[in-house]
Amino acid sequence: MKAISSPKDFWAGVIYVGTGLAALWWGSEYRMGSAGRMGPGYFPRALAVLLLCIGIIALVRAFVAKGSPIGMTAWKPLLIVLASCALFGLTLPRLGLGAALLVLCLGSAAASREFRFDPVAAMGLVGLIVFCAIVFVKGLGVPMPLLGSWLEPVLGDALPWLR
Amino acid sequence: MDVVSNLLLGLSVAVSVQNLWWCLVGCFLGTAIGVLPGLGPAATIAMLLPATIGLPPLSALIMLAGIFYGAQYGGSTTAILVNLPGEMSSVVTAIDGHQMARQGKAGRALAIAAMASFFAGSVCTLLIAMFAPPLAAVALQFGPAEYFSLMVLGLVASIVLANGSILHALGMIVLGLLLGLIGTDVNSGAQRYTFGLPELADGIGFVIVAMGMFGVGEIIANLETGNRGHKTVMGISRLLPTGDDLRRMIAPTLRGTALGSALGILPGGGATLASFSAYALEKKVSRNRHEFGNGAVEGVAAPESANNAGAQMSFIPMLTLGIPANPVMALMIGAMIVQGIQPGPSVITEQPTLFWGLIASMWVGNLMLLVLNLPLIGFWVKLISVPYKYLYPMILAFCAIGVYSLSNTTFDVFLMVLFGGLGYVFKKLDCEPAPMLLGYILGPMMEEYLRRTLLIAKGDPQVLITRPISATLLALAVILLGVVLLPSLRASREAAFKDG
Repeated sequence: MKAISSPKDFWAGVIYVGTGLAALWWGSEYRMGSAGRMGPGYFPRALAVLLLCIGIIALVRAFVAKGSPIGMTAWKPLLIVLASCALFGLTLPRLGLGAALLVLCLGSAAASREFRFDPVAAMGLVGLIVFCAIVFVKGLGVPMPLLGSWLEPVLGDALPWLR
Repeated sequence: MDVVSNLLLGLSVAVSVQNLWWCLVGCFLGTAIGVLPGLGPAATIAMLLPATIGLPPLSALIMLAGIFYGAQYGGSTTAILVNLPGEMSSVVTAIDGHQMARQGKAGRALAIAAMASFFAGSVCTLLIAMFAPPLAAVALQFGPAEYFSLMVLGLVASIVLANGSILHALGMIVLGLLLGLIGTDVNSGAQRYTFGLPELADGIGFVIVAMGMFGVGEIIANLETGNRGHKTVMGISRLLPTGDDLRRMIAPTLRGTALGSALGILPGGGATLASFSAYALEKKVSRNRHEFGNGAVEGVAAPESANNAGAQMSFIPMLTLGIPANPVMALMIGAMIVQGIQPGPSVITEQPTLFWGLIASMWVGNLMLLVLNLPLIGFWVKLISVPYKYLYPMILAFCAIGVYSLSNTTFDVFLMVLFGGLGYVFKKLDCEPAPMLLGYILGPMMEEYLRRTLLIAKGDPQVLITRPISATLLALAVILLGVVLLPSLRASREAAFKDG
């Protein structure tokens, strides 16, 4: 078997073929209809087949053309940034905006090579939380909980303006 | 003359103290939020929409229009200063604008952007006033076949513009078209690719995809290469463009305005297609084309004038046909319906004050932006002095809050995480996200128009080439595709992007 000479083409091809097949698989129950009366399955299926073809061409090219290597994957920033955003989504309804922003900012900041404790940055973070609470929640009325469902029963009486 | 009297009628309502005030508030808020990295006009409007509901209809629409222009300009500011375009239409501005900023010409780039935008905005206000009524009649003759062919042409154009492999641009478009189909099928009501999740019934918000791929994905890629963001930024030497800058921006601004106005009327095109095409055009015709990608004045003036022209002209299909050319216009239609106005051809005749007032306020809004932003440029420029390690957690925070605020659900935040990861993967594979996003917006519309076309033609696809306008549009698309595939031209295209 010939070696992959263009890894970028190869993986992109894998994504296209995978998505195309997945779209066909999950869309297999959608009614096809006819050209004159396109059902919900007509257009997705046409696109999926098209994507499949493009993916196959990319895969063929991966073994024929010469391409540059993909390079190192930055696993640390990738995982840390994505995880801290996801944690924001998880903590927001439960612990409120302040805690969620704390988790998001401190978490994602840890992805930087220059991360260390810094009083200016800490103050900036507090400032950001206060700013977001005032501008987005109080000013623009985005219905984000400031305390969240877990903190509300504990702190709600002591800090009523945060409700 | 009709146009003059109509515009005077519009101005008489637009310059009332109350409406001027809301226009100013809209412009300022729009810029202030739009300038935040990762928040484009759609997100800004979505966030500020609830604030306008209490206003009278015209004031609300004027304020929303102000927010839109402000956010548009704010987005360009961010694109230039931190290379984080808030939305597609400022993606190309970021290429040369950010290079200018790196060379210490941030102030000049911003001033050029503001002036080019103002010029385009003024011209387009006049154009809309003159041509909106007759154009509505012309556009009404467009059948679904024409719309479909138009969108095909738009997508093919985006392939030509994509940096890198044509095959991958095609792949990304089809991927985008497919992703756009997620949600409820408008025709049959069938749930497609929703996996039983009610959150997916309305599809994935465009802003979520854009923020994930351009915001989060970009941040990860930046962190990988080390914090290149802040060290390369030079001090701001001057804010006003040099005489040479001004001379160089005249022709691109004119071309950009012309192209933007032409493309802006077309549904699905709008600001995005306009800025991309204007950039590509300048790259082909400019005498300084070797400078493109390294901070060419033309590379800022052309897309900025084009995206403002396109953004403004996209009001035409919205106001005359009730068709959203882009997500922002979809939000505007939503706002009109909340105000009890049904957008469509009847607005011009039934609510002339509203229609002409809104058009006049476009010019007022553009003037206000110029007056507001040139003095405030120093303030926006200060943003770039914030080191990237402080900036990116903040950007993430605003992205997360912005995405959440779209429909107040954390589900969207998780979707953004997903698209952020995808964005990084595609970046590693040299697959451009821009064509994917274009496909994403157009997917559902293309399906609908194709469906209608074939329904009328009883399943015969030949109708696409027997109708003259549709045939012309498709022929253009084929020629364009043929041109990029020709080996000799292909080599020069690759060389052009390598320069870039």
